[in-house]
Amino acid sequence: MAEELKLFRTWSSPYSLRVVHALKIKGLEYETIFEDLSSKSASLLQYNPVNKKVPVLVHNGKAICESLVILEYIDETWKQCPLLPRDPYEKAKARFWAKFGDEKLSSSIWNVLISQGKEQEEAIAAAVQNLKLIEEQLQEKKFFGGEKIGYLDIAFGWTANLISILEEIIDLKLVDEEKLPLLSAWMQNFSDDPVIKQCWPPRDKLVVKFQAMRESNLKTVLSQ
Amino acid sequence: MEEVKLYGFGPSPFSYRVIWALKLKGVKYEYIEENLPMKSPKLLQHNPVHKKVPVLVHGGKPISESLVILEYIEETWPENPLLPKDAHEKAMARFWIRFAEDKYPTLNTFFRTVGQDQQLAIKEALKVLQILEDQALGNNKFFNGNTVGLVDITFGWLAFWFDCIEETAGAKIIKSNNLPRLHEWIKNFKQIPVIQENLPSRDKLLAYLKTKREKILSRIFIPNGH
Repeated sequence: MAEELKLFRTWSSPYSLRVVHALKIKGLEYETIFEDLSSKSASLLQYNPVNKKVPVLVHNGKAICESLVILEYIDETWKQCPLLPRDPYEKAKARFWAKFGDEKLSSSIWNVLISQGKEQEEAIAAAVQNLKLIEEQLQEKKFFGGEKIGYLDIAFGWTANLISILEEIIDLKLVDEEKLPLLSAWMQNFSDDPVIKQCWPPRDKLVVKFQAMRESNLKTVLSQ
Repeated sequence: MEEVKLYGFGPSPFSYRVIWALKLKGVKYEYIEENLPMKSPKLLQHNPVHKKVPVLVHGGKPISESLVILEYIEETWPENPLLPKDAHEKAMARFWIRFAEDKYPTLNTFFRTVGQDQQLAIKEALKVLQILEDQALGNNKFFNGNTVGLVDITFGWLAFWFDCIEETAGAKIIKSNNLPRLHEWIKNFKQIPVIQENLPSRDKLLAYLKTKREKILSRIFIPNGH
């Protein structure tokens, strides 16, 4: 039976990008449906009635939602180029750090984007602390997955793209080559990978988008 | 057989998730009760990032975060499976587990609030519970189907802790007439021997929650309190 794979995504969603990365690494053919979140399609609402969000992967008519859940589904369904470690303990560590990335790390990075002055200095210190913890997980490996890109690299992938955009917007360095050498190297290696490289959303559009987010959040704080 | 230890805390529903999973699989383990808010050196050594319970230590290797621990247990001890075999059904189970995690604060806000704020919080909690009733549970006896699974274990706190939280906060949210299937699930879940035999003392939990709520209220009513 011919496999039918569809991915509902937006042009900029880093969570959607995770699924793109996984599908491409596994060499899978799929159809892309770009959503406009201000006007969600009937299909998206049908496939993800609970959260109404992207990404959604539809495989032979069945929907899977939540990017990390989708990654695990892809890894279990297509066995080539395994993404998660085989060993249950290593798998548990990967899931733990992916969660950390989505919760503590991403909110600390967000705080840097939407703050200024003294508050921003404190936000940067907190974010760098979290980035140091991530760096410790790399040890001397090229990727979190070892020699090849794996689940945790894909889970952290947004940092390789969005942190440099944040740095450009706030005109400050967050991932300093001297202070975070391993993470710096990983970001370069990840971004340079031929599969990953072709998937990045247009950088100038991302800068505009995040600049606007920063401005509207700063305005909100000032008007309180 | 490698040694299994569980660091937990009596009132914590998250610790019980792990206890239930281990017991359902017949895994022998040593339980160490943490005297929170004081944290033992072992706990800090095993979970330096979050410094929280529960922590499972298997053959000396620590795993933290209750939902990560549940998946680890499922993979390490495959007897009495708690996740569906089918990849899509498994993905649905994981979706609901994430939903449980994301919505946990929303379901608890009414405990931290009073008056108008509490009324609003109750409304929001009801919306989430309605989704559980209609979309997660449907017509099944358990979230996992005919037998309990990880999704039931994840929502297990609703079957015991929630009504203690309701009582302490002076609210009744899950009733037999507004959420009949969820209400029935609570009854069925508590009747499972492993669950029935592994619940905290209701009196101790109520006392713990009473103190917690008093602290929260004192912060609300003293504008410059800290």
